[in-house]
Amino acid sequence: MSFSSESESISLARRHRKAKLFSIFCGMVTWSGVLLLAVLLYQVSIDGFRWLDWQFIDSFPSRFPERAGIKSALVGTIWLICLVALISIPVGVSTALYLEEFAGKGKISKIIEVNIANLAGVPSIVYGILGLAIFVRFMALERSLVSGALTMSLLILPVIIIASREAIKTVPMSIRYAAYSLGATKWQTAWAHVLPASFPGIMTGVILALSRAIGETAPLIMIGALTFVAFLPEGPMDSFTALPIQIYNWVSRPQQEFHELAAAGIIILLTVLLMMNATAIYIRNKTERRLK
Amino acid sequence: MSEFEDPSVLPEINTPMNKKSALELREVNIFYSDNQAVKDVSFNIRRNRITAIIGPSGCGKSTLLRSLNRMNDFVEGARVEGELLFAKENLYGKDVDPVEVRRRIGMVFQKPNPFPKSIYNNIAWGPLINGYSDSTDELVEKSLKQAALWDEVKDRLHDSALNLSGGQQQRLCIARALAMEPEVLLMDEPCSALDPISTAHIEDLMFELKESYTIVIVTHNMQQAARISDYTAFMEMGDLIEFNVTKRIFTRPSVKRTEEYVTGRFG
Amino acid sequence: MAKEMQADTAVADQSSELKATSSISASKVRWGESAIKTWLALCAFVSVVTTAAIVILLFSETLNFFESVSPAEFFFSTTWTPLFEPSSFGVLPLIWGTMLVTIGAAIIAIPTGLASAIYLSEYASDRVRKIIKPVLELLAGIPTVVYGYFALTFVTPTLRNVFPDIQVFNALSAAIVVGIMILPMVATLSDNALRAVPISLRQGAYALGATSYEVTTRVVVPAGLSGVMASFLLAISRAIGETMAVTLAAGQTPNMSLSMFESIQTMTAYIVQVSLGDTPTGGIAYQTLFAVATLLFVITLVINIVSQIILNRFREVYD
Repeated sequence: MSFSSESESISLARRHRKAKLFSIFCGMVTWSGVLLLAVLLYQVSIDGFRWLDWQFIDSFPSRFPERAGIKSALVGTIWLICLVALISIPVGVSTALYLEEFAGKGKISKIIEVNIANLAGVPSIVYGILGLAIFVRFMALERSLVSGALTMSLLILPVIIIASREAIKTVPMSIRYAAYSLGATKWQTAWAHVLPASFPGIMTGVILALSRAIGETAPLIMIGALTFVAFLPEGPMDSFTALPIQIYNWVSRPQQEFHELAAAGIIILLTVLLMMNATAIYIRNKTERRLK
Repeated sequence: MSEFEDPSVLPEINTPMNKKSALELREVNIFYSDNQAVKDVSFNIRRNRITAIIGPSGCGKSTLLRSLNRMNDFVEGARVEGELLFAKENLYGKDVDPVEVRRRIGMVFQKPNPFPKSIYNNIAWGPLINGYSDSTDELVEKSLKQAALWDEVKDRLHDSALNLSGGQQQRLCIARALAMEPEVLLMDEPCSALDPISTAHIEDLMFELKESYTIVIVTHNMQQAARISDYTAFMEMGDLIEFNVTKRIFTRPSVKRTEEYVTGRFG
Repeated sequence: MAKEMQADTAVADQSSELKATSSISASKVRWGESAIKTWLALCAFVSVVTTAAIVILLFSETLNFFESVSPAEFFFSTTWTPLFEPSSFGVLPLIWGTMLVTIGAAIIAIPTGLASAIYLSEYASDRVRKIIKPVLELLAGIPTVVYGYFALTFVTPTLRNVFPDIQVFNALSAAIVVGIMILPMVATLSDNALRAVPISLRQGAYALGATSYEVTTRVVVPAGLSGVMASFLLAISRAIGETMAVTLAAGQTPNMSLSMFESIQTMTAYIVQVSLGDTPTGGIAYQTLFAVATLLFVITLVINIVSQIILNRFREVYD
């Protein structure tokens, strides 16, 4: 077989050009995503910046934009995250430990695994409905922080479980065998060796899960977090509002000022999230470097 | 005639619990799901001696070793039949607690696996979780001395065990196992991941240890088995081909297959 | 030699007295261990109980709903006015609204997400990856209410400059924003899938004189196809379940119009609308909530299961 060298070199050039264009195209697309993020953040910042002051943080919401603030929303969110952490971390990590260390590979484990994978994909608003029917109405916990915390915990539980399992899986079997050979039980081994070794990975997963919980609005709307709250919750049974709810409330108002207030609230929300994500990434990098 | 040529000293396979035996294996069969890894193995492991199990890869020697301290329990689908007698009880009896078994029969693994903790805590942890209430300092020192590691680490007991060299780590693992004061110490190719000098250290160690402990070692290094062990079991494809005093196995084996293996004609 | 043997036996006897004191039988039941194992198992069952609760709750209330409203009307009628008189319970407009937004979002997110994934796995240097990966994570972590804000205050006004007769609440704005929201998901999951393709496959193709474009489109992407497709499906499922952005940007007007410039209502937006009003338990309004939620749940569940099947059954075996 012979090729005409001229047509071959032309088509080769064309192919190379195509490849070059393709790579440039893909690069541009990717960087425009970064650009988009920058635009979004910039937009939010200039909209909301002038409202950001101590008064904003320290005031309750009001009909008058100049007097409105996110105090109740901020406190509500803090309460919520603490309760959610208290509930979801033990249950999530316990489930991961059970699946990795204690359960066999039989049918029951498989069922639980598939369950968790499916729950991870259920829309958050369905969790809200679940919370409404079971915690608010059936268990008569009303529209309280507890209802919200339980609902959110169920929402992020699959995330914590999956991340914890991944972390636990990276602990080498040889460590476990060493412990077993010394006459240790499974729990003694898990507590003294597996958990400490997987702790950074678990922490990263927990932080990311909690940061998801902070930003969720729909489930809280469903269970009835209030949108105009001029008081601070004092106990887990009190009603409450949260940052995303307050933001949503302000965004849905027609006035420009409330949109800007919403932007200010978003700046605070994003700052908190950014700090949490940065912590998680920091922990992850430190552990990866240590393992190398 | 030395002890090792007097046939009356040979461990008799079919006598019931022999006072000189630490462990007795009777018609042991081990399966992984449908595969049979060990077929009908019977021999005695004599107290305060070193018994070596040799054979080509895949002959079942590690599987057999792991069955002696119930470590096969952790393999899905592993099944052990037959009797493994220890202190008058079958290791696989109905009421036997595998955790108790492992307290009394310790193990050192092929690749050193110290915990990512300090040298001190590596050794102290096992006894502590098993209810040890005396001075751990003394226990740690005693165990490290028994493993011939004390002098090298006595000034840095609280350093991470992972900073030790390979040979030191393995001696640490030996010390860790000895801290439990087991009656039997199982060693699964303990030197195969080490350099020759560390290997020599550990072989010297084993000579000292056999005065207080019973040692069972699996090794693919025939010269090692010939150097250090008192009794040798030769396995091939799950069968026990021959079990005898080591000197006999390597100079005048009774089975042709054994002779072929030890003279290097295969494996 | 006989004396040696005697001494030997004597030592053996002594040590057997000292050590064979405790039996290897389970002399004590490990209460602590059992209790802990029980606690751990109970925690694991929380997930099973949650699924059961969701299913039972949704389906039982939906059955109640179908006692008042015929399934035929629900699935085939094209008018959705459950809260007004005359009430009509055709859910198609809600499905249509959801689909408009989802398809629009998919058109935006899938090609760009895949292109980003290709860039990240085939072209980008490690340094570039180190910047872009965290950016993608950040984008993925932005709460949906922020995207809703972005749609209302930035996207819609910009669109209005280009298309003056677009409504304030419209499907296009929501679709754009939801597309941006699911883009990181497509990019990250597809990137993982492409990186899982062994280098040897690429090298084989390059060795035959192929260009990077040819290697990528004809070898790498087909090799990682199951992971890539699964990422598409998961992103679509996420778009369907998205609530806040569409509620804020797309409006509350259920209709079956083909235009993306008009206000529509998605399933999720309807659920929010109902719950923001005071819904008495047991009333027909309360029940529509469950009927729509069940539909939403079933659709996303089916898509998720299909994506898992694609991931598991058709996972390419490289060795």
